[in-house]
Amino acid sequence: MTTLLTALCPECAGALDLPTDLLEGEIVPCADCGADLEVLTLRPLELALAPEIEEDWGE
Amino acid sequence: MRIGMLCARIRVEEKLLLAAFAERGVDVERIDDDTLCFDLNAMQADRAAARERWPQLVLERSLAFGRSLYSLQVLNAAGIDTINSYAAVATCGDKFLTTQALLQAGLPTPRCRLAFTPAAALTAIEELGYPAVLKPVVGSWGRMVARVNDRDAAEAVLEHRAQLGGYQHSIFYIQEYIAKPAGRDIRAFVVGDECIAAIYRTSAHWITNTARGAQASNCPVTPQLADLCLGAAQAVGGEIVAIDLFETADGRWLINEINHSMEFRNSIATTGVDIPGRIADYALTRARRAA
Repeated sequence: MTTLLTALCPECAGALDLPTDLLEGEIVPCADCGADLEVLTLRPLELALAPEIEEDWGE
Repeated sequence: MRIGMLCARIRVEEKLLLAAFAERGVDVERIDDDTLCFDLNAMQADRAAARERWPQLVLERSLAFGRSLYSLQVLNAAGIDTINSYAAVATCGDKFLTTQALLQAGLPTPRCRLAFTPAAALTAIEELGYPAVLKPVVGSWGRMVARVNDRDAAEAVLEHRAQLGGYQHSIFYIQEYIAKPAGRDIRAFVVGDECIAAIYRTSAHWITNTARGAQASNCPVTPQLADLCLGAAQAVGGEIVAIDLFETADGRWLINEINHSMEFRNSIATTGVDIPGRIADYALTRARRAA
């Protein structure tokens, strides 16, 4: 997988290598701290901690 | 042709589905349930305009049951086609309603009790016998599912549930515990009128959910398994659903739960079935039919 996008984890400030086919709303894990991150915007690339799982979330 | 996908967060599954539609030349319109704001009056006052505005078919892939449920009701009431339907999601998203649908269809499912107070729930647990399984009627990924091994544990769990607040925690859905002879259960995937694949979910833990670390392996789809799963999907009105089944020590299958917004990331390589591709093909066929 080509990893051209880079960003810093908002939780641990670790460097993230992200795939180029990233989508807004996608959930990506931080390899350093394990936090789940949500892609808020692609241009500019902005990440935030993903929301906590709510009671009715699931499949 | 316009296809919509109701979702806010993009899991692996949604990404695979978007890619599958793109491979088929369809650019799916994402409907972000974080920003949805329905004009209920307008949707009903001019249903033709609502149908013009919305895609021909909306694939429901929201993480949040409540958001899915109400969004689908608004869309279906305006004549907008969805997979799954509001009625199917209402049934699948509630374990009590699922059990009722299975029982009414005469399909095999574990023995179950429903009670509304801790005292009545304790009676129900003792009638079923230990161990018993206490589940919230709405919930997923094995959250707050408790195996109750004895009366002490039953009293403790019931007291905790009653103290949690919210009326749903005082709806006690109690299922007989089914020992898993091989430490596994089955998840089968139904798309339309076909059971396209199935996996065994094996775990040393009694909860065999891949979201909780269970290992997936291929489960052959026999005609008998397919018939049972199609019957279960039909009982809840589901078009694209995942059926969870227990195997009993005497060789029967019992339908445990039915999932309306199924996760399948661990089942594609395991089964060799292109699950997102099959879903996209089915949705496109349905959308053409609806057009």
